[in-house]
Amino acid sequence: MNVELSGWGRYPVAATDLVQPGSPDAVPAMVAGRTGAIARGNGRAYGDAAIGEETTVSLRGLDRMRAFDPATGWLTVEAGVTLAEIVEAFLPRGFFPAVVPGTQFVTVGGMIAADVHGKNHHRDGGFGDHVAALELLLPDGTRLACSREQNAELFHATIGGMGLTGYILAATIRMIPVETGWIRQRTLVAETVADTVRLLDAAQDATYSVAWIDGLARGAALGRSLVYLGEHATRAELGGAQVPTRFGPAAKAGPGVPFDLPALTLNRFSVAAFNEAYFRLGAAKAGSERLVGWRPYFFPLDGVADWNRIYGRNGFVQYQFVLPAARSADLLPDLLDRIARRGSASFLAVLKRLGRGGGLLSFPFEGHTLALDMKMEPGLLAFLADCDRLVAAAGGRLYLAKDARQTRATFEAGYPGLDRFRDIRRRYGLEGRLASRLSRRIGL
Amino acid sequence: MTEMKTVLVVGGTSDVGRAVARAYAAAGWSVQLAGRDAAGLEREAADIATRTGVAVSVHAIDILDTGAFAAFADGLPVLPDTVVSVVGLLGEQVRAETDAAHATTVMRSNFEGPALLLGLFAERFLARGHGTIVGVSSVAGERGRASNYVYGAAKAGFTAFLSGLRNRVSKRGLHVVTVKPGFIRTRMTAGMKLPARLTADPQAVGTAIFRAAETQRRDVIYVKPVWALVMAIIRALPETIFKRTKL
Repeated sequence: MNVELSGWGRYPVAATDLVQPGSPDAVPAMVAGRTGAIARGNGRAYGDAAIGEETTVSLRGLDRMRAFDPATGWLTVEAGVTLAEIVEAFLPRGFFPAVVPGTQFVTVGGMIAADVHGKNHHRDGGFGDHVAALELLLPDGTRLACSREQNAELFHATIGGMGLTGYILAATIRMIPVETGWIRQRTLVAETVADTVRLLDAAQDATYSVAWIDGLARGAALGRSLVYLGEHATRAELGGAQVPTRFGPAAKAGPGVPFDLPALTLNRFSVAAFNEAYFRLGAAKAGSERLVGWRPYFFPLDGVADWNRIYGRNGFVQYQFVLPAARSADLLPDLLDRIARRGSASFLAVLKRLGRGGGLLSFPFEGHTLALDMKMEPGLLAFLADCDRLVAAAGGRLYLAKDARQTRATFEAGYPGLDRFRDIRRRYGLEGRLASRLSRRIGL
Repeated sequence: MTEMKTVLVVGGTSDVGRAVARAYAAAGWSVQLAGRDAAGLEREAADIATRTGVAVSVHAIDILDTGAFAAFADGLPVLPDTVVSVVGLLGEQVRAETDAAHATTVMRSNFEGPALLLGLFAERFLARGHGTIVGVSSVAGERGRASNYVYGAAKAGFTAFLSGLRNRVSKRGLHVVTVKPGFIRTRMTAGMKLPARLTADPQAVGTAIFRAAETQRRDVIYVKPVWALVMAIIRALPETIFKRTKL
């Protein structure tokens, strides 16, 4: 079936042949003989990572769970199962995924391929660090069990490998025991960038930490933020009175965005007003602890269906980079000032502390990562290319799951594991067989 | 907690069968999944057991092998409280017009097999004194149309069978539910252009069946209520007009 596909950012849009196997056993025959093919999960990568150069293989139909061991927390599922399904099934039984990204509408296969991180990366690593084993299908039909002991090289290349090492059919992932579905959240106020970085670095013992930066504040207030620290609340900490249910309130269908908003909605003033209100509201609550349900804490934007339409029909780019820890303090102000002056950002500018990466092409390393949305409009690509140069010169890199536009040179400068990755692709005969728009663009 | 109840879902690897089984499992019922495809049944059983923690067993049945039904029922670990048949075969109308073997398979898969199987369970439920029987029939059975009347005729027979069964056993502790889902987004209808307002997803069908059978004790349901109106109009058209329509 010929379709036009895009990522969550709705930029770029590309034509591709789409095939949709309904079970793991159906995949080999459907991918046999194909070239330029890539697996796709729930389409939440922002750019062109999950659009095949020729063929896109939707693995969303591989959505059966296989086994769970409550004694160890290991859960085995097919790759198309979403995080939302996992949380729905296991939180009421007292288990939560060891790592979750900012949306629960992602598949397990997608999370492994992007080695996604959460607010606990500084402490617990990425999603890939909590994968015990995975079942990988090579384009020639070979099905391999991969783990840290078995086919270890392929295992490490597949974590963060953007689907370019094979089709992930199933995986065994770690669930951690939790007593409740609530997070004990503490809010700190940072008045400057340096303050923000310092507070995040000082909070490395916190399970979860994240800073929400006012992307439009300038001058003395540049980089001001609210730093949110979180811990899983225990049963005793719930106290009973103010909290209705142990595992959080039931899902409510939030307001959606039924059509593309006109591009003017997100002009400089509406965003500035939004940010100012958010900042004042947060600052008023600062210092005290409060309980937050797991949904608004981990997946705040999931409450707004189709929020990606808010940037209008030209789509948007999410710009996310990581800088080495030692370079953040001197580079972030410059980058934030450029972004603030441009004035086209962003509900969310999120700064996080990252720890060491797990896979050969995993995005995280010891440092700080900033992510923000920017509406696609004339001049944006040139603006971001300038930012790329600063990031690359400092030894930073861009997140492939968010990327829609970086150059091959930027990519090669940022990912030293690339040569080994290419070598593995060559030896397993994957070059040409597995290729996405992303891999073709950046020469991966 | 009350005693654990058991549902038998026949056609357990279909999209609707899976949804029905999951709706019952989510409410704490243990599940017996029956069907032809052994590997497919194991896959669904593991999925449901992992998601919900309930016990799921799998059982082989071929809906055309009516002589084996008694042995099939004897082989179940426990006589279920509720049996749901979601078995069906859409077939190809044009082929069925000239290929008698194909037409026979469509008729037997949609009428003879499901009716005889549910009839057999009805007798066992009567002997026990209680039980719920759910048959997934079709709106196609309400009036024969050019585009699918072989399938529709078989479903009409099934609907009539369920109606008669209900009439006979409802005073004796049994409950019979007829489900006419309308369009459903499944593998059976993949690639068809279906009107969104008339089309249900399998999950909605599963939930609707559980509710109709176990909480509301309904007799006949359409999953999307708008179908009751649509079919009332289609049934009311005089034959002199109906025969000229293209439906």
